[in-house]
Amino acid sequence: MSPILEIQDLSVAYRTPGGDVRAVEHVDLTLNAGEVVGLCGESGSGKSTLAYGATRLLRPPALVTSGKVLYGGCRVTSGGHPVDLLTMSHRELKSMRWREIAIVFQSAMNALNPVLRVQDQLLDAVQSHLRLPRGEARDKVATLLDLVGIPRGRLRAYPHELSGGMRQRVMIAMALAADPEVVLMDEPTTALDVVVQRDILAQIVELKETLGFAILFITHDLSLLLELADRIAVMYAGRLLETGTAHAIMREPAHPYTRGLLNSFPSLHGPRRELAGIPGSPPDLRDPLPGCPFVPRCAHAIDVCTSVDMSLAPVPGIPGVVSHLTACPIVTPEVSQEGVLS
Amino acid sequence: MSELASESASRAAPAVNASAEQVGEPAVVRSAAAGRGPLVMEATDLNKVFRLGPGASLQAVRNVSLGLYKGAVVALVGESGSGKSTVAKLLAGQERPTSGQITMDGQPVNVHSNHAFRRYKSLVQYVFQDPFSSLNPVHTVGYHLARPVKLHQPGVKNVKNAVTALLEQVRLTPAVQFIEKYPHELSGGQRQRVSFARALAAQPTVLLADEPVSMLDVSIRLEMLNLLDDLRTRLSLALLYITHDIASARYFADEVLVMYGGQVVERGPAEEVTQHPAHPYTQLLIASAPDPDNLGSSLKSGNVVQGATVAGKAGSVGPAPVGCPFSSRCPLADDKCRRDNPALQLLAPARAAACWRLDVAASPRADGSL
Repeated sequence: MSPILEIQDLSVAYRTPGGDVRAVEHVDLTLNAGEVVGLCGESGSGKSTLAYGATRLLRPPALVTSGKVLYGGCRVTSGGHPVDLLTMSHRELKSMRWREIAIVFQSAMNALNPVLRVQDQLLDAVQSHLRLPRGEARDKVATLLDLVGIPRGRLRAYPHELSGGMRQRVMIAMALAADPEVVLMDEPTTALDVVVQRDILAQIVELKETLGFAILFITHDLSLLLELADRIAVMYAGRLLETGTAHAIMREPAHPYTRGLLNSFPSLHGPRRELAGIPGSPPDLRDPLPGCPFVPRCAHAIDVCTSVDMSLAPVPGIPGVVSHLTACPIVTPEVSQEGVLS
Repeated sequence: MSELASESASRAAPAVNASAEQVGEPAVVRSAAAGRGPLVMEATDLNKVFRLGPGASLQAVRNVSLGLYKGAVVALVGESGSGKSTVAKLLAGQERPTSGQITMDGQPVNVHSNHAFRRYKSLVQYVFQDPFSSLNPVHTVGYHLARPVKLHQPGVKNVKNAVTALLEQVRLTPAVQFIEKYPHELSGGQRQRVSFARALAAQPTVLLADEPVSMLDVSIRLEMLNLLDDLRTRLSLALLYITHDIASARYFADEVLVMYGGQVVERGPAEEVTQHPAHPYTQLLIASAPDPDNLGSSLKSGNVVQGATVAGKAGSVGPAPVGCPFSSRCPLADDKCRRDNPALQLLAPARAAACWRLDVAASPRADGSL
């Protein structure tokens, strides 16, 4: 698989009178074509800032302080060279938005305009990005609603007349209006019931299979990602702590934070497990600690942890498999052989 | 309830179709929470009809009976709009039931006696879902806790000591540090601890916790549930835990009541309801919950849980449906289900489910799936 979106060394800070809040620190993340990558983190971990920073949707006081975001979609690249979203002109950026990279925003309750009919809002999106004649645009809107399983009869409905699940489907339809290559989904199902959530996720997977876009799925719910995502990136206090396939994250979590998360939700099936959770609360980003931000809550922390540079290194495992990376210094081969983690 | 209330119920009758009434005598269930301690609060056949406008009404709660026992946790599980919060509001005295009775320590709750009702309201405390909006941003933590202490424990001389003790109970230590803080200086978990402390300030015997952890981060949730668990054991609280997360109810509750469309569709011991769900809705709920042990699951292979997509209709309490409220989404529904609304039927002394097709639904499927 070829990378379609490559985030390299991205840092984002919020300039505040009390000092910079370093919400995203030196993050590398790659999204391959047709892939679902899950970005998992607690509130305040910087997961949304990462996504919006990478697509230049942030406004001051947020500031991208370093990094590149290379987009390699075939429709814009000339001669196979990916383009950097962070340096392109506003004009170029505008032509890319929605056609190449679309976003399903968090909380469909607030993202739709309450005084406009669903049809008009979809028409807006279609016309501003595709410049179709009015008749064709209308047909397109109707097809989009078919795509996400909303009856055409609801075209003239106002957002408040739709259920939460339906509104979220409208948001998804809107994101798919211009047949994008990459769709960022920011907590698209968080406010929904589990039954509706599963229904929408299944729909998203089906649409992805048919239309072939790649998804960066942002959520705080790791259990959801384990089922949905091909690869998972775990974020904490602005840093990536671990990335790997869903299978690796579930079966061989390397970072103590990931293990804590996995041990935080009660399971429905199988025997009752002893749940441990994670004591403490996330750190203050205005005053970052040196080394690993998880140290104050980590039961395994050793001296090295306060000076580690937090770059991702392969987790020792099956030789040749380099997709499982972690920033935790304790799982380097020497230490794990001494049985620190066993 | 008063004549007034029943009168308004009959006026609201047009939308409440006669055949939406449950058919059959509701089963008398011995609560799985009963073993923990004596009965503190009991609700019998609670109904709540909201009038929406001329000729339009909404039955948010239908024939709900439950008991809360000292030191026990009863979980009310269901999706939004299933009526679970309305049940809690009825129990808290925030809403008056259209019909049905609530008793506290064997005495019917008398809303007409100011003194008795105030006493009732202090014994029954409510913890809200959202720790971000349930605290007043212009008041300190100390103020939030001192007020209920002064109000509900008039004999207390040293209010500051009482507040400190409350903070220590919810493990906000050192307490002196927190007394002067404002809500915006606290994390979500800390704010919810303040909410717990505020509820405890009234020295309640019943705690109604409405989705107490759903707004919190996953890594914090478990700690909060453990704190609640610890409080109910130490203070012998009767706890009603309202949630849409049936997995947490499995770990935390003694008895689970599953609500759908304003009715209890299944109840029983937490482990049994979650491991051997009898009602098709409970089965759907459990199959829909994200399950980390379900790697490379149905989602990726594109299979959808049976019933999940049916009509795609939210299970909220709309205009009173005819028949079983779940029949429009139920894979097993037949004509009887669409015609008659089933009452709870006893499966075991502590287990009951409201379903006409229990013979099919409750038996294990051949392929071993739910």
